[in-house]
Amino acid sequence: MIKRIKVGMASCGIAAGAGEVLELLQEMAGDNKVVEVGCIGHCYAEPLVEVETDSGDYIFEKVQPKEEDLQKIIDLDEFSRFQPHSPRVDKERQLITSLAGKIVPTSLEEYRANKGYEGLKKALEMEPDAIVDEVKTSKLRGRGGGGFPTGLKWSFLAAKDSEQKVLICNADEGDPGAFMDRTLMESLPHQVLEGMLIGAKATGARQLFIYCRAEYPLAVKNLNIAIEQIEKEGLNIIDGEPVKIMVKEGAGAFVCGEETALIHSLEGKRGTPRYRPPYPTDYGFHGYPSAINNVESFANIPLIVRDGGENFAATGTENSTGTKLFALAGDLEYSGLVEVPMGISIGEVVYDIGGAEPGSVKAVQIGGPSGGCIPAEHFDTPIDYDSLTSLGAIMGSGGLIVIGNNRCMVETARYFLEFTTRESCGKCTFCRIGTKRMLETLERITGGEGGPEDVELLADLGKKIIQGSLCGLGQTAPNPVLSTLKYFNNEYLAHVEEGHCAAMECKALVDVFIDRETCIECGQCIKNCPVDCISEDYVIDNEICTRCNSCIEVCPVDAIARVAKGGEVSVGN
Amino acid sequence: MSKDLVAEKSNLIKVLQTEQKKEGFISDAAIERIAGEFNLPVVEVEGVVSFYTQFKRVPPGKYQIMVCDGTACHIIGSTLILNWLTDELGIKDGETDEEGLFSLESVACLGCCSLAPVISINGKVYGKLDRKKLLKIVADFRKKEAAGS
Repeated sequence: MIKRIKVGMASCGIAAGAGEVLELLQEMAGDNKVVEVGCIGHCYAEPLVEVETDSGDYIFEKVQPKEEDLQKIIDLDEFSRFQPHSPRVDKERQLITSLAGKIVPTSLEEYRANKGYEGLKKALEMEPDAIVDEVKTSKLRGRGGGGFPTGLKWSFLAAKDSEQKVLICNADEGDPGAFMDRTLMESLPHQVLEGMLIGAKATGARQLFIYCRAEYPLAVKNLNIAIEQIEKEGLNIIDGEPVKIMVKEGAGAFVCGEETALIHSLEGKRGTPRYRPPYPTDYGFHGYPSAINNVESFANIPLIVRDGGENFAATGTENSTGTKLFALAGDLEYSGLVEVPMGISIGEVVYDIGGAEPGSVKAVQIGGPSGGCIPAEHFDTPIDYDSLTSLGAIMGSGGLIVIGNNRCMVETARYFLEFTTRESCGKCTFCRIGTKRMLETLERITGGEGGPEDVELLADLGKKIIQGSLCGLGQTAPNPVLSTLKYFNNEYLAHVEEGHCAAMECKALVDVFIDRETCIECGQCIKNCPVDCISEDYVIDNEICTRCNSCIEVCPVDAIARVAKGGEVSVGN
Repeated sequence: MSKDLVAEKSNLIKVLQTEQKKEGFISDAAIERIAGEFNLPVVEVEGVVSFYTQFKRVPPGKYQIMVCDGTACHIIGSTLILNWLTDELGIKDGETDEEGLFSLESVACLGCCSLAPVISINGKVYGKLDRKKLLKIVADFRKKEAAGS
């Protein structure tokens, strides 16, 4: 008998069409209860529907909002069954996301029925010092990317004698390609809040803020519902005093992930960072001592207090304990959110969990615009804070993009620099102008006008920007360029010396060519060309052509392709 | 200072967000009015507005198209998506067309990387796009508009 039907309604599910599925299911399900849950992490299989029955659970993947399909699901037919591929099941270790997509995110009862708020209950009976010690024992390091020990940060705040202390959750997840924090807040808002309340008890903070990206409306909504629930139940009473929790929406500025910039933004100002010291634990929000931790860090806390720091430290490596969430995307089979034990190798994540074809991948990009590209020959490197740093990348917040052989690394570096140039707040000259000059240099190279001296200039500028910038944005902005210079120097040289982009991505270095032998003269390319550069006898005027690929996309026989500029011509094979 | 930490000025961004939700953008008049309410110089409010990408100074189109340029979308071809839309709509990144029907904006990440390349129109996401799918989506909106007016 069906107990209830769960539809994965996190942002990724909704984007894949779960909303329509939910609506139709509600109409069709009769007496069966249909509920919205969060994300189980298998984005590639969305929309996902799970049917709970007396005799076990059935999960269906790629569900379309069609009546006949949904009827099969309600009848539990052998239809579109979801089975996570076995290497992922073996390698993944779901500790903090074990409830994600399994419970209704905004149900306090369901969270409690699954050991929720047990950590807080235990913490309320402990001395604040003992909680801080437990977190220190766990060796938890900041999951926002910096890797600063959480217990140590809390001990600084706990030691402050102030009429008011502030604890802030950094949910300004601005890296393009990263959605770990969003998933946690959407799917498990109570777990994040429990971590924060334990932090309040441990540090003496009585004002809590969650600074969340405005682009995450569902996360904001679920957090606000959860806050209302815990206030109603009195779960926010610590040592007889109610703790204030407030969600503040950011307004779109990558630099606000930096803690002093974040505080300025919370205060209603422009989000520019300032010189440290004083650190926020000395002088934070409106001058009060404040500590800032990442969403994922907070989500780990309930487990640490509930099951003990030592137990937590048993997972992972000596200096990087626990698990890490990664948002996997790019050139692979199974994109999605994955939780792995620290110390797992990059290759295991890319090939075994991500299902990428060995030999088809040339690099991964870890850590977004602050991180670096790690080439396939280093894929046996364990994922921990120190190993990644030694390769010129960083752990970052957890974006992991797989880059296939057919992509241009110079263009990838240019893409990240374009991002950091745009997001630089402008305070430090090296970051403001340095990143701009780096971007211009990269544009010269991808534009076919670069010389060998430009490659040297990039390395030189990179070093200086790192030295001359105040905050993490500027100090890490050159990483994507420096790491590709280190591992893919040959690609830079091919661009500047031979004018050749092997990936055929850099527009200025390619022509578009119609292979007349394959061409069936259907006229589609001529009709679809936005700049009318294809003649009646099917020859492209590459002087006019904008390389928009419209003709390539519409050609029914694949007779059109990008080719190296002025080089040998071969199409299709 | 009051012990209530959420002092008035902290709410400036919130008030601007509410204004934008209501009007679709932040006008000069709104900046002057809000500056008055907070007892701040106009230039300071303008400084906050221009700092954050969320705040728009021009009215958006009826259909706001956001082209995701997150890492996953970028390597799979979001540049082409933006070009095709520019060709089709006759407007560039950050512009609104003359009829006020479509506006086009390239954004950092919509967070549905497994569906790359994606765009969103008024918040609804369209994924795994190629040129044909993309142009059909635009054509469908135009058809809907022609039928409605």
